[in-house]
Amino acid sequence: MNARRLFTAPARRMAIPPYVWMLLFFLLPFGFVVKISLSQTTLAQPPYLPVFGLADGFAGLKDAFAALSFDNFRSLLADQLYVSSYLRSITVAFTATLLLLVIGYPVAYGMARLPARWQGIAMMLVIVPFWTSFLIRIYAWINILQHDGLLNQILMALHLVSAPVVWLATDSAMYLGIVYSYLPFMILPLYATLAKADPALLEAAADLGVSRFDAFWMVTVPLSWRGIFAGALLCFIPITGEFVIPDLLAGSDSMMIGQTLWLEFFTNKDWPLASALAVVLLGVLLVPLLVYDRVQRHHLERR
Amino acid sequence: MNSHPLRLSRLNIASLALGFAFLYLPIVILVIYSFNASRLVTVWGGWSTRWYTEFFNDRAMLDAAWMSIRVGVASATLATLLGTLAAVALTRGGGFRGRAVMSGMLYAPLVMPEVITGLSLLLLVVAIDAGRGFWTVTIAHTTLTMCFVTVVVQSRLAAIDRSLEEAAMDLGRDPLRAFVSVTLPLIWPAIAAGWMLAFTLSLDDLVIASFTTGPGSATLPIRIYSEVRLGVKPEINAICTLIVGFITVLIVAASLATKLSSSKGESAAPL
Repeated sequence: MNARRLFTAPARRMAIPPYVWMLLFFLLPFGFVVKISLSQTTLAQPPYLPVFGLADGFAGLKDAFAALSFDNFRSLLADQLYVSSYLRSITVAFTATLLLLVIGYPVAYGMARLPARWQGIAMMLVIVPFWTSFLIRIYAWINILQHDGLLNQILMALHLVSAPVVWLATDSAMYLGIVYSYLPFMILPLYATLAKADPALLEAAADLGVSRFDAFWMVTVPLSWRGIFAGALLCFIPITGEFVIPDLLAGSDSMMIGQTLWLEFFTNKDWPLASALAVVLLGVLLVPLLVYDRVQRHHLERR
Repeated sequence: MNSHPLRLSRLNIASLALGFAFLYLPIVILVIYSFNASRLVTVWGGWSTRWYTEFFNDRAMLDAAWMSIRVGVASATLATLLGTLAAVALTRGGGFRGRAVMSGMLYAPLVMPEVITGLSLLLLVVAIDAGRGFWTVTIAHTTLTMCFVTVVVQSRLAAIDRSLEEAAMDLGRDPLRAFVSVTLPLIWPAIAAGWMLAFTLSLDDLVIASFTTGPGSATLPIRIYSEVRLGVKPEINAICTLIVGFITVLIVAASLATKLSSSKGESAAPL
Protein backbone atom coordinates (compact mmCIF):
# COMPACT_ATOMS: atom_id res chain seq x y z
CA MET A 1 0.00 0.00 0.00
CA ASN A 2 1.39 3.33 -1.02
CA ALA A 3 1.56 5.69 1.94
CA ARG A 4 1.51 8.61 -0.46
CA ARG A 5 -2.07 7.83 -1.43
CA LEU A 6 -3.23 7.87 2.18
CA PHE A 7 -2.80 11.60 2.49
CA THR A 8 -4.59 12.47 -0.74
CA ALA A 9 -8.13 12.40 0.67
CA PRO A 10 -7.51 14.63 3.71
CA ALA A 11 -5.47 16.99 1.51
CA ARG A 12 -8.41 17.30 -0.83
CA ARG A 13 -10.71 18.17 2.04
CA MET A 14 -8.31 20.97 2.94
CA ALA A 15 -9.12 22.55 -0.40
CA ILE A 16 -12.69 23.28 0.68
CA PRO A 17 -12.21 26.45 2.79
CA PRO A 18 -9.92 28.28 0.32
CA TYR A 19 -12.09 27.07 -2.58
CA VAL A 20 -15.28 28.41 -1.04
CA TRP A 21 -13.53 31.65 -0.08
CA MET A 22 -12.30 32.28 -3.62
CA LEU A 23 -15.70 31.40 -5.10
CA LEU A 24 -17.43 33.84 -2.76
CA PHE A 25 -14.97 36.71 -2.85
CA PHE A 26 -13.29 36.39 -6.22
CA LEU A 27 -15.47 34.65 -8.78
CA LEU A 28 -18.92 35.69 -7.57
CA PRO A 29 -17.99 39.44 -7.48
CA PHE A 30 -17.23 39.28 -11.21
CA GLY A 31 -20.79 38.08 -11.71
CA PHE A 32 -21.98 41.26 -10.04
CA VAL A 33 -19.69 43.38 -12.20
CA VAL A 34 -21.18 41.79 -15.32
CA LYS A 35 -24.73 42.16 -13.99
CA ILE A 36 -24.30 45.82 -13.09
CA SER A 37 -22.56 46.60 -16.35
CA LEU A 38 -25.78 45.44 -17.99
CA SER A 39 -28.12 47.56 -15.90
CA GLN A 40 -29.52 51.01 -16.55
CA THR A 41 -27.60 53.86 -15.04
CA THR A 42 -30.57 55.31 -13.21
CA LEU A 43 -31.58 51.97 -11.73
CA ALA A 44 -28.14 51.18 -10.39
CA GLN A 45 -27.30 54.54 -8.91
CA PRO A 46 -25.92 53.92 -5.42
CA PRO A 47 -27.32 53.10 -3.02
CA TYR A 48 -29.44 50.69 -4.94
CA LEU A 49 -31.47 47.60 -4.11
CA PRO A 50 -29.98 44.12 -3.91
CA VAL A 51 -29.62 42.79 -7.42
CA PHE A 52 -31.42 39.48 -7.09
CA GLY A 53 -34.37 39.10 -4.76
CA LEU A 54 -34.40 35.34 -4.20
CA ALA A 55 -37.93 35.60 -2.83
CA ASP A 56 -39.17 36.75 -6.24
CA GLY A 57 -38.35 33.36 -7.68
CA PHE A 58 -38.53 32.75 -11.41
CA ALA A 59 -40.62 35.83 -12.18
CA GLY A 60 -38.02 37.98 -10.47
CA LEU A 61 -35.30 36.35 -12.51
CA LYS A 62 -37.25 37.03 -15.68
CA ASP A 63 -37.66 40.67 -14.73
CA ALA A 64 -33.98 40.88 -14.01
CA PHE A 65 -33.18 39.59 -17.48
CA ALA A 66 -35.70 41.92 -19.06
CA ALA A 67 -33.94 44.84 -17.38
CA LEU A 68 -30.60 43.95 -18.97
CA SER A 69 -29.33 46.60 -21.29
CA PHE A 70 -26.28 47.02 -23.46
CA ASP A 71 -26.46 50.81 -23.30
CA ASN A 72 -23.29 51.05 -21.25
CA PHE A 73 -21.28 49.12 -23.78
CA ARG A 74 -22.75 51.19 -26.59
CA SER A 75 -21.72 54.40 -24.86
CA LEU A 76 -18.22 52.97 -24.35
CA LEU A 77 -17.90 52.64 -28.10
CA ALA A 78 -19.54 55.95 -28.86
CA ASP A 79 -17.33 58.09 -26.65
CA GLN A 80 -13.82 58.75 -27.90
CA LEU A 81 -12.59 59.13 -24.29
CA TYR A 82 -13.04 55.45 -23.49
CA VAL A 83 -11.61 54.09 -26.71
CA SER A 84 -8.54 56.29 -26.41
CA SER A 85 -8.10 55.25 -22.75
CA TYR A 86 -7.94 51.60 -23.77
CA LEU A 87 -5.54 52.36 -26.61
CA ARG A 88 -3.32 54.43 -24.33
CA SER A 89 -3.29 51.69 -21.69
CA ILE A 90 -2.21 49.09 -24.19
CA THR A 91 0.43 51.36 -25.72
CA VAL A 92 1.85 52.29 -22.32
CA ALA A 93 1.85 48.68 -21.09
CA PHE A 94 3.53 47.48 -24.29
CA THR A 95 6.21 50.17 -24.29
CA ALA A 96 6.88 49.78 -20.58
CA THR A 97 7.15 46.00 -20.90
CA LEU A 98 9.73 46.40 -23.68
CA LEU A 99 11.70 48.88 -21.57
CA LEU A 100 11.52 46.52 -18.61
CA LEU A 101 12.82 43.68 -20.71
CA VAL A 102 15.72 45.76 -22.03
CA ILE A 103 16.65 46.96 -18.53
CA GLY A 104 15.82 43.80 -16.60
CA TYR A 105 17.54 41.28 -18.84
CA PRO A 106 21.14 42.48 -18.28
CA VAL A 107 20.53 42.59 -14.53
CA ALA A 108 19.06 39.07 -14.44
CA TYR A 109 21.86 37.88 -16.71
CA GLY A 110 24.49 39.40 -14.43
CA MET A 111 22.82 37.77 -11.42
CA ALA A 112 22.91 34.34 -13.04
CA ARG A 113 26.66 34.78 -13.59
CA LEU A 114 27.41 35.61 -9.96
CA PRO A 115 29.13 33.00 -7.76
CA ALA A 116 26.50 30.79 -6.11
CA ARG A 117 26.67 32.33 -2.65
CA TRP A 118 26.29 35.85 -4.08
CA GLN A 119 23.23 34.86 -6.09
CA GLY A 120 21.13 34.46 -2.95
CA ILE A 121 22.12 37.93 -1.74
CA ALA A 122 21.42 39.49 -5.15
CA MET A 123 18.01 37.85 -5.19
CA MET A 124 17.28 39.21 -1.71
CA LEU A 125 18.30 42.67 -2.96
CA VAL A 126 15.79 42.42 -5.81
CA ILE A 127 13.02 41.18 -3.54
CA VAL A 128 13.39 43.81 -0.81
CA PRO A 129 12.11 46.74 -2.94
CA PHE A 130 9.18 44.51 -3.92
CA TRP A 131 8.27 44.23 -0.22
CA THR A 132 8.75 47.93 0.32
CA SER A 133 5.61 49.92 -0.26
CA PHE A 134 4.58 50.63 -3.81
CA LEU A 135 3.17 54.05 -2.97
CA ILE A 136 6.31 55.03 -1.09
CA ARG A 137 8.52 54.15 -4.02
CA ILE A 138 6.43 56.33 -6.34
CA TYR A 139 6.50 59.06 -3.74
CA ALA A 140 10.30 58.82 -3.53
CA TRP A 141 10.43 59.66 -7.23
CA ILE A 142 8.15 62.66 -6.78
CA ASN A 143 10.71 63.98 -4.29
CA ILE A 144 13.43 63.67 -6.91
CA LEU A 145 11.51 64.78 -9.99
CA GLN A 146 9.61 67.80 -8.72
CA HIS A 147 10.31 71.32 -9.91
CA ASP A 148 12.96 72.15 -7.29
CA GLY A 149 13.80 68.51 -6.68
CA LEU A 150 17.15 66.81 -6.48
CA LEU A 151 17.40 66.01 -10.19
CA ASN A 152 16.93 69.62 -11.28
CA GLN A 153 19.28 70.81 -8.54
CA ILE A 154 22.02 68.47 -9.74
CA LEU A 155 21.46 69.32 -13.41
CA MET A 156 21.65 73.03 -12.64
CA ALA A 157 24.70 72.66 -10.43
CA LEU A 158 26.43 70.87 -13.30
CA HIS A 159 25.28 73.68 -15.63
CA LEU A 160 23.64 71.14 -17.89
CA VAL A 161 20.42 73.14 -17.86
CA SER A 162 19.89 76.79 -17.06
CA ALA A 163 16.31 76.55 -15.79
CA PRO A 164 14.50 73.71 -14.00
CA VAL A 165 13.17 71.11 -16.39
CA VAL A 166 9.60 69.92 -16.00
CA TRP A 167 9.82 66.22 -15.11
CA LEU A 168 6.70 65.63 -13.09
CA ALA A 169 3.40 65.21 -14.90
CA THR A 170 5.06 63.96 -18.06
CA ASP A 171 4.99 60.62 -19.82
CA SER A 172 8.71 60.15 -19.16
CA ALA A 173 8.08 60.38 -15.41
CA MET A 174 5.27 57.86 -15.72
CA TYR A 175 7.43 55.39 -17.65
CA LEU A 176 10.22 55.87 -15.14
CA GLY A 177 7.80 55.14 -12.28
CA ILE A 178 6.38 52.07 -14.01
CA VAL A 179 9.79 50.63 -14.89
CA TYR A 180 11.00 51.29 -11.37
CA SER A 181 8.00 49.63 -9.73
CA TYR A 182 7.79 46.60 -11.96
CA LEU A 183 11.49 45.85 -12.37
CA PRO A 184 11.52 43.07 -9.73
CA PHE A 185 8.58 41.38 -11.50
CA MET A 186 10.67 41.27 -14.67
CA ILE A 187 14.02 40.34 -13.13
CA LEU A 188 12.84 37.40 -11.00
CA PRO A 189 11.33 35.15 -13.71
CA LEU A 190 14.20 36.00 -16.08
CA TYR A 191 16.75 35.15 -13.43
CA ALA A 192 14.94 31.88 -12.65
CA THR A 193 15.26 30.63 -16.23
CA LEU A 194 18.76 32.02 -16.80
CA ALA A 195 20.09 30.42 -13.62
CA LYS A 196 18.64 27.06 -14.70
CA ALA A 197 20.13 27.18 -18.23
CA ASP A 198 22.69 24.43 -18.70
CA PRO A 199 26.21 26.00 -18.75
CA ALA A 200 27.47 23.04 -20.79
CA LEU A 201 25.62 24.43 -23.80
CA LEU A 202 27.50 27.71 -23.60
CA GLU A 203 30.78 25.87 -23.12
CA ALA A 204 30.01 23.78 -26.17
CA ALA A 205 29.31 26.94 -28.15
CA ALA A 206 32.61 28.44 -26.99
CA ASP A 207 34.46 25.23 -27.91
CA LEU A 208 32.94 25.43 -31.37
CA GLY A 209 34.39 28.90 -31.76
CA VAL A 210 31.19 30.92 -31.38
CA SER A 211 31.86 34.40 -30.01
CA ARG A 212 30.35 35.41 -26.70
CA PHE A 213 28.02 37.81 -28.47
CA ASP A 214 26.73 35.19 -30.90
CA ALA A 215 26.46 32.60 -28.17
CA PHE A 216 24.27 35.00 -26.24
CA TRP A 217 21.81 35.33 -29.13
CA MET A 218 21.99 31.72 -30.28
CA VAL A 219 22.01 29.92 -26.93
CA THR A 220 21.15 32.09 -23.94
CA VAL A 221 18.20 34.03 -25.34
CA PRO A 222 16.41 30.98 -26.79
CA LEU A 223 16.93 29.17 -23.49
CA SER A 224 15.25 32.00 -21.61
CA TRP A 225 12.09 32.35 -23.72
CA ARG A 226 9.93 31.05 -20.88
CA GLY A 227 11.30 33.64 -18.50
CA ILE A 228 10.84 36.38 -21.07
CA PHE A 229 7.20 35.41 -21.59
CA ALA A 230 6.47 35.03 -17.90
CA GLY A 231 8.11 38.35 -17.02
CA ALA A 232 6.39 40.18 -19.86
CA LEU A 233 2.99 38.81 -18.84
CA LEU A 234 3.57 39.53 -15.16
CA CYS A 235 4.27 43.16 -16.08
CA PHE A 236 1.95 43.76 -19.02
CA ILE A 237 -1.34 42.79 -17.39
CA PRO A 238 -1.13 44.82 -14.18
CA ILE A 239 0.42 47.81 -15.99
CA THR A 240 -2.57 47.92 -18.34
CA GLY A 241 -4.89 48.52 -15.40
CA GLU A 242 -2.44 50.70 -13.50
CA PHE A 243 -3.95 53.59 -11.59
CA VAL A 244 -1.55 54.99 -8.99
CA ILE A 245 1.54 55.62 -11.14
CA PRO A 246 -0.11 57.47 -14.04
CA ASP A 247 -2.27 59.37 -11.57
CA LEU A 248 0.70 60.67 -9.60
CA LEU A 249 3.37 60.96 -12.28
CA ALA A 250 1.73 61.44 -15.68
CA GLY A 251 0.09 64.56 -17.04
CA SER A 252 -3.66 64.98 -17.03
CA ASP A 253 -4.20 65.31 -20.77
CA SER A 254 -4.71 61.61 -21.47
CA MET A 255 -5.75 58.87 -19.10
CA MET A 256 -5.11 55.16 -18.83
CA ILE A 257 -8.12 52.89 -18.45
CA GLY A 258 -7.56 52.41 -14.72
CA GLN A 259 -7.79 56.16 -14.21
CA THR A 260 -10.90 56.43 -16.37
CA LEU A 261 -12.55 53.63 -14.42
CA TRP A 262 -11.61 55.34 -11.15
CA LEU A 263 -13.01 58.65 -12.41
CA GLU A 264 -16.30 57.11 -13.55
CA PHE A 265 -16.65 55.30 -10.28
CA PHE A 266 -15.57 57.82 -7.65
CA THR A 267 -16.18 61.18 -9.34
CA ASN A 268 -19.03 60.61 -11.78
CA LYS A 269 -20.51 57.82 -9.63
CA ASP A 270 -21.61 56.00 -12.77
CA TRP A 271 -21.26 52.46 -11.45
CA PRO A 272 -22.78 50.65 -14.43
CA LEU A 273 -20.41 52.41 -16.81
CA ALA A 274 -17.42 51.69 -14.56
CA SER A 275 -18.48 48.02 -14.50
CA ALA A 276 -18.74 47.96 -18.28
CA LEU A 277 -15.23 49.43 -18.48
CA ALA A 278 -13.99 46.66 -16.18
CA VAL A 279 -15.70 43.91 -18.22
CA VAL A 280 -14.11 45.14 -21.45
CA LEU A 281 -10.72 45.50 -19.74
CA LEU A 282 -10.97 41.88 -18.54
CA GLY A 283 -11.75 40.84 -22.10
CA VAL A 284 -8.73 42.73 -23.41
CA LEU A 285 -6.45 41.13 -20.80
CA LEU A 286 -7.64 37.63 -21.65
CA VAL A 287 -5.85 37.90 -25.00
CA PRO A 288 -2.25 37.93 -23.67
CA LEU A 289 -3.21 35.26 -21.12
CA LEU A 290 -4.52 32.94 -23.84
CA VAL A 291 -1.44 33.57 -25.96
CA TYR A 292 0.75 32.72 -22.97
CA ASP A 293 -1.26 29.54 -22.36
CA ARG A 294 -0.76 28.47 -25.99
CA VAL A 295 2.96 29.16 -25.81
CA GLN A 296 3.27 27.16 -22.61
CA ARG A 297 1.39 24.24 -24.10
CA HIS A 298 3.46 24.38 -27.27
CA HIS A 299 6.58 24.32 -25.12
CA LEU A 300 5.37 21.29 -23.15
CA GLU A 301 4.51 19.38 -26.31
CA ARG A 302 7.96 19.97 -27.76
CA ARG A 303 9.66 18.42 -24.77
CA MET B 1 41.27 29.89 -22.37
CA ASN B 2 40.69 33.60 -22.10
CA SER B 3 36.94 33.88 -22.60
CA HIS B 4 35.28 31.25 -20.49
CA PRO B 5 31.58 31.57 -21.28
CA LEU B 6 30.50 31.65 -17.65
CA ARG B 7 32.97 34.26 -16.50
CA LEU B 8 31.47 37.32 -14.84
CA SER B 9 32.36 40.05 -17.30
CA ARG B 10 32.78 43.76 -16.60
CA LEU B 11 29.56 44.35 -18.48
CA ASN B 12 27.75 41.97 -16.10
CA ILE B 13 29.12 43.79 -13.09
CA ALA B 14 28.23 47.19 -14.53
CA SER B 15 24.64 46.17 -15.27
CA LEU B 16 24.25 44.72 -11.78
CA ALA B 17 25.65 47.88 -10.16
CA LEU B 18 23.42 50.15 -12.25
CA GLY B 19 20.38 47.97 -11.66
CA PHE B 20 20.78 47.91 -7.91
CA ALA B 21 21.62 51.62 -7.74
CA PHE B 22 18.41 52.33 -9.67
CA LEU B 23 16.41 50.18 -7.25
CA TYR B 24 17.82 51.66 -4.06
CA LEU B 25 18.88 55.27 -4.68
CA PRO B 26 15.39 56.83 -4.56
CA ILE B 27 14.63 55.12 -1.26
CA VAL B 28 17.96 56.22 0.25
CA ILE B 29 17.30 59.81 -0.83
CA LEU B 30 13.83 59.66 0.70
CA VAL B 31 15.23 58.45 4.02
CA ILE B 32 17.90 61.18 4.08
CA TYR B 33 15.38 63.92 3.32
CA SER B 34 13.07 62.72 6.08
CA PHE B 35 15.67 64.06 8.53
CA ASN B 36 15.72 67.45 6.83
CA ALA B 37 15.05 70.33 9.23
CA SER B 38 13.79 72.63 6.48
CA ARG B 39 10.08 73.06 5.83
CA LEU B 40 10.86 73.13 2.13
CA VAL B 41 11.27 69.54 1.12
CA THR B 42 14.13 70.21 -1.25
CA VAL B 43 16.23 72.74 0.66
CA TRP B 44 18.63 71.10 3.05
CA GLY B 45 18.37 72.73 6.48
CA GLY B 46 20.42 70.40 8.63
CA TRP B 47 19.52 67.18 10.44
CA SER B 48 16.38 67.09 12.50
CA THR B 49 13.69 64.71 13.67
CA ARG B 50 10.92 67.32 13.77
CA TRP B 51 8.85 65.61 11.07
CA TYR B 52 8.79 62.43 13.10
CA THR B 53 7.49 64.40 16.09
CA GLU B 54 4.94 65.98 13.79
CA PHE B 55 3.74 62.56 12.67
CA PHE B 56 3.37 61.29 16.21
CA ASN B 57 1.15 64.30 16.94
CA ASP B 58 -0.99 63.81 13.84
CA ARG B 59 -4.14 62.16 15.11
CA ALA B 60 -5.61 61.36 11.69
CA MET B 61 -2.40 59.75 10.44
CA LEU B 62 -2.00 57.70 13.60
CA ASP B 63 -5.60 56.47 13.35
CA ALA B 64 -4.96 55.47 9.74
CA ALA B 65 -1.75 53.67 10.72
CA TRP B 66 -3.56 51.78 13.47
CA MET B 67 -6.33 50.83 11.04
CA SER B 68 -3.72 49.56 8.56
CA ILE B 69 -1.99 47.46 11.19
CA ARG B 70 -5.26 45.91 12.38
CA VAL B 71 -6.37 45.11 8.83
CA GLY B 72 -2.88 43.81 8.04
CA VAL B 73 -2.73 41.43 11.00
CA ALA B 74 -6.29 40.15 10.52
CA SER B 75 -6.04 39.66 6.76
CA ALA B 76 -2.52 38.18 6.87
CA THR B 77 -3.60 35.65 9.48
CA LEU B 78 -6.70 34.63 7.53
CA ALA B 79 -4.75 34.58 4.27
CA THR B 80 -2.01 32.41 5.77
CA LEU B 81 -4.55 29.89 7.05
CA LEU B 82 -6.43 29.68 3.77
CA GLY B 83 -3.34 29.94 1.58
CA THR B 84 -1.55 27.14 3.42
CA LEU B 85 -4.60 24.89 3.13
CA ALA B 86 -4.75 25.63 -0.58
CA ALA B 87 -1.03 24.94 -1.01
CA VAL B 88 -1.37 21.57 0.77
CA ALA B 89 -4.38 20.62 -1.32
CA LEU B 90 -2.63 21.57 -4.56
CA THR B 91 0.61 19.74 -3.82
CA ARG B 92 -0.73 16.73 -1.90
CA GLY B 93 -4.29 16.32 -3.14
CA GLY B 94 -3.45 14.76 -6.47
CA GLY B 95 -5.67 15.49 -9.46
CA PHE B 96 -8.97 16.18 -7.77
CA ARG B 97 -12.00 17.53 -9.55
CA GLY B 98 -12.04 21.33 -9.62
CA ARG B 99 -8.29 21.53 -9.20
CA ALA B 100 -7.86 23.53 -12.42
CA VAL B 101 -10.57 26.00 -11.41
CA MET B 102 -8.99 26.37 -8.01
CA SER B 103 -5.47 27.01 -9.23
CA GLY B 104 -6.88 29.39 -11.82
CA MET B 105 -8.71 31.35 -9.13
CA LEU B 106 -5.57 31.38 -7.03
CA TYR B 107 -3.28 32.69 -9.75
CA ALA B 108 -5.65 35.22 -11.32
CA PRO B 109 -5.51 37.81 -8.50
CA LEU B 110 -1.71 37.86 -8.73
CA VAL B 111 -1.87 39.60 -12.09
CA MET B 112 -5.38 41.05 -12.14
CA PRO B 113 -5.38 44.87 -12.21
CA GLU B 114 -6.34 46.09 -8.79
CA VAL B 115 -9.07 48.39 -10.07
CA ILE B 116 -11.01 45.36 -11.29
CA THR B 117 -10.56 43.34 -8.09
CA GLY B 118 -11.50 46.36 -5.98
CA LEU B 119 -14.53 47.29 -8.03
CA SER B 120 -15.90 43.76 -8.12
CA LEU B 121 -15.55 43.25 -4.37
CA LEU B 122 -17.27 46.55 -3.71
CA LEU B 123 -20.18 45.64 -5.97
CA LEU B 124 -20.55 42.37 -4.06
CA VAL B 125 -20.59 44.19 -0.74
CA VAL B 126 -23.21 46.63 -1.99
CA ALA B 127 -25.26 43.86 -3.57
CA ILE B 128 -25.57 41.97 -0.31
CA ASP B 129 -26.20 45.27 1.40
CA ALA B 130 -23.38 45.03 3.93
CA GLY B 131 -21.73 48.02 5.52
CA ARG B 132 -18.23 48.97 4.49
CA GLY B 133 -15.33 49.29 6.89
CA PHE B 134 -12.77 47.18 8.69
CA TRP B 135 -14.20 43.82 7.65
CA THR B 136 -14.73 44.57 4.00
CA VAL B 137 -11.13 45.78 3.62
CA THR B 138 -9.90 42.74 5.56
CA ILE B 139 -11.84 40.32 3.34
CA ALA B 140 -10.59 42.08 0.20
CA HIS B 141 -6.98 41.93 1.37
CA THR B 142 -7.31 38.29 2.41
CA THR B 143 -8.56 37.39 -1.06
CA LEU B 144 -5.61 39.11 -2.69
CA THR B 145 -2.84 38.02 -0.35
CA MET B 146 -3.79 34.36 0.16
CA CYS B 147 -2.70 33.78 -3.42
CA PHE B 148 0.80 34.99 -2.57
CA VAL B 149 0.86 32.77 0.53
CA THR B 150 -0.18 29.80 -1.59
CA VAL B 151 2.67 30.39 -4.05
CA VAL B 152 5.28 30.70 -1.28
CA VAL B 153 4.13 27.67 0.72
CA GLN B 154 3.53 25.58 -2.39
CA SER B 155 7.10 26.03 -3.64
CA ARG B 156 8.40 24.97 -0.24
CA LEU B 157 6.10 21.95 -0.02
CA ALA B 158 7.07 20.80 -3.50
CA ALA B 159 10.75 20.85 -2.49
CA ILE B 160 10.26 18.66 0.58
CA ASP B 161 11.27 15.05 0.51
CA ARG B 162 8.05 13.12 0.93
CA SER B 163 9.75 9.98 2.15
CA LEU B 164 9.88 11.54 5.64
CA GLU B 165 6.10 11.82 5.73
CA GLU B 166 5.79 8.33 4.31
CA ALA B 167 8.15 6.92 6.92
CA ALA B 168 6.01 8.43 9.67
CA MET B 169 2.91 6.86 8.14
CA ASP B 170 4.64 3.51 7.75
CA LEU B 171 5.46 3.73 11.44
CA GLY B 172 1.75 3.94 12.16
CA ARG B 173 1.03 7.63 12.34
CA ASP B 174 -2.24 8.53 10.66
CA PRO B 175 -1.77 10.84 7.66
CA LEU B 176 -2.92 14.02 9.38
CA ARG B 177 -0.69 13.46 12.43
CA ALA B 178 2.25 12.62 10.18
CA PHE B 179 1.68 15.87 8.35
CA VAL B 180 1.44 17.92 11.54
CA SER B 181 4.47 16.36 13.22
CA VAL B 182 6.77 15.99 10.19
CA THR B 183 5.78 18.29 7.34
CA LEU B 184 4.47 21.31 9.22
CA PRO B 185 7.76 22.00 11.06
CA LEU B 186 9.58 21.79 7.72
CA ILE B 187 7.34 24.30 5.96
CA TRP B 188 7.06 26.60 8.97
CA PRO B 189 9.55 29.21 7.63
CA ALA B 190 7.59 29.41 4.38
CA ILE B 191 4.36 29.90 6.33
CA ALA B 192 5.99 32.68 8.37
CA ALA B 193 7.37 34.28 5.21
CA GLY B 194 3.92 34.01 3.64
CA TRP B 195 2.35 35.78 6.61
CA MET B 196 4.83 38.61 6.43
CA LEU B 197 4.41 38.96 2.68
CA ALA B 198 0.64 39.09 3.14
CA PHE B 199 1.00 41.65 5.93
CA THR B 200 3.26 43.97 3.93
CA LEU B 201 1.07 43.68 0.83
CA SER B 202 -1.96 44.61 2.90
CA LEU B 203 -0.06 47.52 4.48
CA ASP B 204 0.84 48.70 0.99
CA ASP B 205 -2.45 48.44 -0.83
CA LEU B 206 -4.15 51.63 -1.89
CA VAL B 207 -6.49 50.79 -4.75
CA ILE B 208 -8.43 47.85 -3.33
CA ALA B 209 -8.69 49.52 0.07
CA SER B 210 -10.06 52.68 -1.55
CA PHE B 211 -12.89 50.71 -3.12
CA THR B 212 -13.79 48.65 -0.09
CA THR B 213 -13.35 51.07 2.76
CA GLY B 214 -16.14 53.07 4.34
CA PRO B 215 -16.20 56.51 5.87
CA GLY B 216 -13.95 56.84 8.91
CA SER B 217 -11.88 53.74 8.18
CA ALA B 218 -9.16 55.09 5.91
CA THR B 219 -5.94 53.09 5.88
CA LEU B 220 -2.48 54.65 5.89
CA PRO B 221 -1.92 54.46 2.11
CA ILE B 222 -5.26 56.17 1.50
CA ARG B 223 -4.21 59.02 3.80
CA ILE B 224 -0.74 59.26 2.30
CA TYR B 225 -2.18 59.26 -1.19
CA SER B 226 -4.56 62.12 -0.48
CA GLU B 227 -1.71 64.10 1.12
CA VAL B 228 0.65 63.43 -1.79
CA ARG B 229 -1.93 64.66 -4.28
CA LEU B 230 -1.94 68.00 -2.46
CA GLY B 231 1.83 68.29 -2.76
CA VAL B 232 4.96 66.95 -1.15
CA LYS B 233 5.18 67.42 2.61
CA PRO B 234 8.23 66.60 4.75
CA GLU B 235 5.99 64.75 7.20
CA ILE B 236 5.22 62.19 4.49
CA ASN B 237 8.95 61.54 4.10
CA ALA B 238 9.11 60.70 7.80
CA ILE B 239 6.09 58.36 7.64
CA CYS B 240 7.49 56.62 4.59
CA THR B 241 10.86 56.16 6.27
CA LEU B 242 9.15 54.64 9.30
CA ILE B 243 7.27 52.19 7.07
CA VAL B 244 10.41 51.28 5.12
CA GLY B 245 12.29 50.71 8.40
CA PHE B 246 9.44 48.63 9.81
CA ILE B 247 9.27 46.44 6.72
CA THR B 248 13.04 46.03 6.58
CA VAL B 249 13.02 44.76 10.16
CA LEU B 250 10.28 42.27 9.20
CA ILE B 251 12.28 41.02 6.20
CA VAL B 252 15.48 40.63 8.20
CA ALA B 253 13.51 38.69 10.81
CA ALA B 254 12.01 36.50 8.10
CA SER B 255 15.37 35.75 6.48
CA LEU B 256 16.91 34.99 9.88
CA ALA B 257 14.06 32.57 10.58
CA THR B 258 14.67 30.88 7.24
CA LYS B 259 18.41 30.71 7.91
CA LEU B 260 17.85 29.16 11.35
CA SER B 261 15.70 26.42 9.93
CA SER B 262 18.03 25.87 6.97
CA SER B 263 20.96 25.32 9.34
CA LYS B 264 18.97 22.34 10.61
CA GLY B 265 19.70 20.63 7.31
CA GLU B 266 16.96 21.82 5.00
CA SER B 267 17.83 24.09 2.12
CA ALA B 268 16.14 27.46 2.33
CA ALA B 269 13.30 28.50 0.06
CA PRO B 270 14.05 31.68 -1.90
CA LEU B 271 11.34 33.74 -0.25
